[in-house]
Amino acid sequence: MLRLVPRIEADPKLVIAAPIVAALAALLLAAVPIALAGAPVIEAYRVMAEGALGSRFALTEVVARATPLMLTGLAVAVAFRARLYNIGAEGQLYMGALAAVWVGSGRFDGPAPVMIAAVLVAGALAGALMMLGPTLLKVKLGADEVVVTLLLNFVVALFVQMMIEGPMKDPMSLGWPQTEAILDSATLPKLIDKTRVHAGLIVALLAALGVHLMMKHTVVGFEIRAVGAGPQAARFAGMNVTAAMVTVGALSGALAGLAGVGEVAGLKGYLTADLSPGYGYAGIVVAMLAGLSPLGVVIAALWVAAVFVGADSMSRSINVSSYVANLIVALALLSVLLSGVLVRFRLVRARAPQRRTER
Amino acid sequence: MSAVSSARAPDPDAPVVLELAGITKRFGPLIANEAVDLTLRRGEIVALLGENGAGKTTLMNILFGHYVADEGEVLVAGPDGALVPLEPGSPRAALDAGIGMVHQHFTLAENLTVLDNVLLGTEPLWRPWRSTAAPRAKLAALMARSGLSIDLDATVADLTVGERQRIEILKALYRDVRILVLDEPTAVLTPQESDGLFATLRALADHGLAVIFISHKLHEVIAAAGRVAVLRSGRKVAEVPTAGIDRGRLAELMVGRTVAPSRREPRTPGAEVLRLDRVSIAGAEVRRRLDEVSLTVREGEIVGIAGVSGNGQTALAGLLSGLLAPSAGTLALDGRTLDALTPGAVVALGVGRIPEDRHAEGAVGAMSIEENIALERFRSARFQRAGFLRAKAIRDHAETAIAAYDIRCPGPHAAIRQLSGGNMQKAILARALDGEPRLVLANQPTRGLDVGAVAEVHRRLLAARLRGAAIVLITEDLDELFALADRIAVMFRSRLTEPCAAEDVTLKRLGLMMAGHDPAEVA
Repeated sequence: MLRLVPRIEADPKLVIAAPIVAALAALLLAAVPIALAGAPVIEAYRVMAEGALGSRFALTEVVARATPLMLTGLAVAVAFRARLYNIGAEGQLYMGALAAVWVGSGRFDGPAPVMIAAVLVAGALAGALMMLGPTLLKVKLGADEVVVTLLLNFVVALFVQMMIEGPMKDPMSLGWPQTEAILDSATLPKLIDKTRVHAGLIVALLAALGVHLMMKHTVVGFEIRAVGAGPQAARFAGMNVTAAMVTVGALSGALAGLAGVGEVAGLKGYLTADLSPGYGYAGIVVAMLAGLSPLGVVIAALWVAAVFVGADSMSRSINVSSYVANLIVALALLSVLLSGVLVRFRLVRARAPQRRTER
Repeated sequence: MSAVSSARAPDPDAPVVLELAGITKRFGPLIANEAVDLTLRRGEIVALLGENGAGKTTLMNILFGHYVADEGEVLVAGPDGALVPLEPGSPRAALDAGIGMVHQHFTLAENLTVLDNVLLGTEPLWRPWRSTAAPRAKLAALMARSGLSIDLDATVADLTVGERQRIEILKALYRDVRILVLDEPTAVLTPQESDGLFATLRALADHGLAVIFISHKLHEVIAAAGRVAVLRSGRKVAEVPTAGIDRGRLAELMVGRTVAPSRREPRTPGAEVLRLDRVSIAGAEVRRRLDEVSLTVREGEIVGIAGVSGNGQTALAGLLSGLLAPSAGTLALDGRTLDALTPGAVVALGVGRIPEDRHAEGAVGAMSIEENIALERFRSARFQRAGFLRAKAIRDHAETAIAAYDIRCPGPHAAIRQLSGGNMQKAILARALDGEPRLVLANQPTRGLDVGAVAEVHRRLLAARLRGAAIVLITEDLDELFALADRIAVMFRSRLTEPCAAEDVTLKRLGLMMAGHDPAEVA
């Protein structure tokens, strides 16, 4: 019989090793469904690695896909740190994109720096506002923010659908449900020519650095950490728990909103209902893999993006569905949760209970 | 504690009903029990004496099957009297073997009647009707024999703590226990209720019940038990009959060294610091309500607030901590009337607060010792500049506090939850007493601490008193109350009595006041 014995204090080396082991374990476990699909396993992995890392184009594609994941991952990480379980990054992303289009598609025009700043601020504000309701409902009434934010994702999906088929539909789109295009002046410039890497990457990297510095070195970050780890003690010590939670909620929503701005103003140019292939949800995995560390989010986002890009490549060349990527990411989340248990507990083989005499 | 100290010498010929042999239990590197032996005979009361953390509760949890011992075994007398090993890790087996346990925190369903609570779990699930005649008869017989009396049809929610404890004991007796374990049973009782409990236990022992009684209070052990086993750091360091015992020696055995009692220097109180004038706090429950409480506390005096827990002390502490605002009446600090109370404002006004629950309210367990010491003042110019924390200042401040308060820790960066209760409390003291507060609220400041840490907390509070702080001490520990307080007031059902000079309060009188009798009547 195996038993879990708590460790007095988690070994810092294990804390770092755990998500890496979990990510590798998820990749290895995916061999089972790949084999069941009748594909040559070794070949599949080779194609996947090559597709993700084997060329300059592949690498830039990974970076482009990682950009929104960094922002949604940060959104989740910062909220989870304060025990505000924001599952609504997907909806906040879409609202951010919608606001960016509303501001940046010809309502007014100006020089590029002004227009880019305008779409970024609009997207961040829209995302932040999306979190205001769920946060206040949680703090004031105790409503479960998991349920509220999750359900809001569907509300947003339908709202976006309505907007792109109605008031914001592009009259020149030949009936396609899409919005008008973002003006050139409001478009995030490409960082590398002829690739999909855009200036949203800089926004994401700066956001990661900023969140890291804020959590570690500022008064606001101190308060957020205290309120998250011990709300009762934080209140007793004189902190305003409501204000701290609203700050975190707004920050989290704003980060997810920025992910939407990047996708619409950096890549696609206009908003459709299929802007995000689940970046908001994948952000949860990214944040968990990163152990909620803002800098770790950058690495975790690159890994998750590589899995998706590699799996696309694999599905093209050896006919394994690219859904295998979702599978690997899901397995990674499960593995990281399990490894979290192993970081905090030791597995001990227990002696079988001795029963010399029966009663 | 009482005049009813008449525990009989153990009968050496009574049959052994329980034997713990060489019990060892480890939690990681921590040894909770090490090769503990204990025998219990029919009809005797054995006290298990030890400080918090000495391993008393762990030992009893092994007996009751909540934990499995790493080494050693538990032997229980079967129906024929022969000792057989008890299956480890099975509370069900312990129950079947006739072992009953009354926990410190009761396990009663408040919305049910006494009878329902006693019968809970004893009736078959798949029977459409129930007959209570036989259980009532059995309980009547049990009550007559033990002297426990209680209305079987009362709802538990309406009963006092003492009455609830009687239900717990009746529950065990109804299940025909032969061995009854009580974990710190007097923690929630008034002195009179404790005496009643001891009388009941003796009556039950006379009828053949074997009782193990866990305590860290010497006088109770001597009053109630015939024999005492002393645990220290997981090991049994002594086992002696209580007849003719030397109390000082027993205390030394329990603590492992001699502890000098703290001395309260005479001091004339100065100017008035705190004045509560008919303050009420509205609330549905007694524990969260205050009814027209008036109190003044002066510079250089400690006012002790006694009372059975749950009589409104939580509300009083909440008021002085800034967590609860008065719904009527006024609170004045240094002559200034305050209305908008928040914890932050109270701290800024120079109130040092030691909360009752140090794990939930006193410290953020996952944060470091230095962050916890700065927790109340991280927004002051001392610890931040333009919104950025001054890491060096926070670290230096913590290092000074660690040295001054002798906080044993791996360093200021270590998570505070790694600390023992005593060291965590020292860190909270360092924070609360920082800046020489005018008023100090100490709510159960030594609960769960070992004797060394208790002495340190007392020393700090007395030093604060000597330098001129006004101190409100809320405590259930009567020894602490008499050791520290200059004046004593009692909380009962959300009301506070007029404080009396500590010298004029006898234990008997205090007990009656805690039970709700008029202080004038009992003077």
